[in-house]
Amino acid sequence: MAMTRQKVLDQYFMDARHKLIDIAAFLDRVERAEGEGDFRLDAFRDAVKRLEDHGEDRAHDVLMAFSDPTQEPIAIAPGKGACGAWPGEGE
Amino acid sequence: MRFIEPHAHMVSRTTDDYADMATAGCVALCEPAFWAGFDRGSADGFRDYFRQLTEYEPRRAANYGIKHFTWLCINPKESEDMALAADVLDVIPEFMECPNVLGIGEIGLNKNSRNEIKVLEQHVDLAASHDQLILVHTPHLEDKHKGTRLILDVLKNDSRINPERVMIDHVEEHTIGMVLDAGHWGGMTLYPESKCSPARAIDMIERFGSDRLWWDAACDWGPSVPLAVPRTACEMRRRGHDEALIEKVIFENPKNFLSQSERFQL
Repeated sequence: MAMTRQKVLDQYFMDARHKLIDIAAFLDRVERAEGEGDFRLDAFRDAVKRLEDHGEDRAHDVLMAFSDPTQEPIAIAPGKGACGAWPGEGE
Repeated sequence: MRFIEPHAHMVSRTTDDYADMATAGCVALCEPAFWAGFDRGSADGFRDYFRQLTEYEPRRAANYGIKHFTWLCINPKESEDMALAADVLDVIPEFMECPNVLGIGEIGLNKNSRNEIKVLEQHVDLAASHDQLILVHTPHLEDKHKGTRLILDVLKNDSRINPERVMIDHVEEHTIGMVLDAGHWGGMTLYPESKCSPARAIDMIERFGSDRLWWDAACDWGPSVPLAVPRTACEMRRRGHDEALIEKVIFENPKNFLSQSERFQL
């Protein structure tokens, strides 16, 4: 690690603060909106909880919260795109 | 600063991007075959694309003093159509002896389907039977972790494959460990909205070391930045890393992997 903790804060705190407020505003926006959410919001809320994990693997843990946990190939590709969260089996 | 851009889809970029990359110190770039944003209707469409990659694009790069290399395949996004894939796999050997072809890529998986895996196995067989390097695309977002594991299984199951001759691209924090543990090289793609940010890419160098890793812009027609590699090098300098380590990540590492093909000459 080339930086001290103080230097990390000096260099990255404002950027992280900006992104965190954007996440808070996103969740507020979702709350204000009418209609139902979907699996993406559930995955997002679960991923946010991983920020409270201890250690140095939060990025890994957040990525895993959005990931398909199954092992076997699927029968046929339903399309080409990815939406960022696993919808669950049978979706 | 000099750097190699090991993954760029220049057919979808402007000439200004070549100029900017040359100005920033790009001495060579590698262009894997990829999905055009729509499905091609026939193998002839791929034949034209492979001619573009082996004839036209090298001349365009040369105008700016950049060496252009390429990789050939049918992208996993078009692998669900097994008949088309078979036709394209028959076309690829026509171009394998072109002077800028480094190997087979970017192959891999997209949605982790059975047909995608069959076509991946066929590409791996083609590479092994022609002693070619392999460049692997790992799936996007929620499909990446599972897809990376499935890809590693396919590579491991072919005893002809030397792991050191395979680059697994688009690794992130949840896949980089398994790729390096399997003996392969790993690529981190620097995208503004997905994959890796510069800060995270440097974090991974700090955590996993600098061996068998490179950064790439993978710039194409989507949100992407052709100068992502030199910008990340500047960010690495801001953190206080020394010039030798920066040069290793942005020049020496890609040079060492790519030089396993005798065609990669700077």
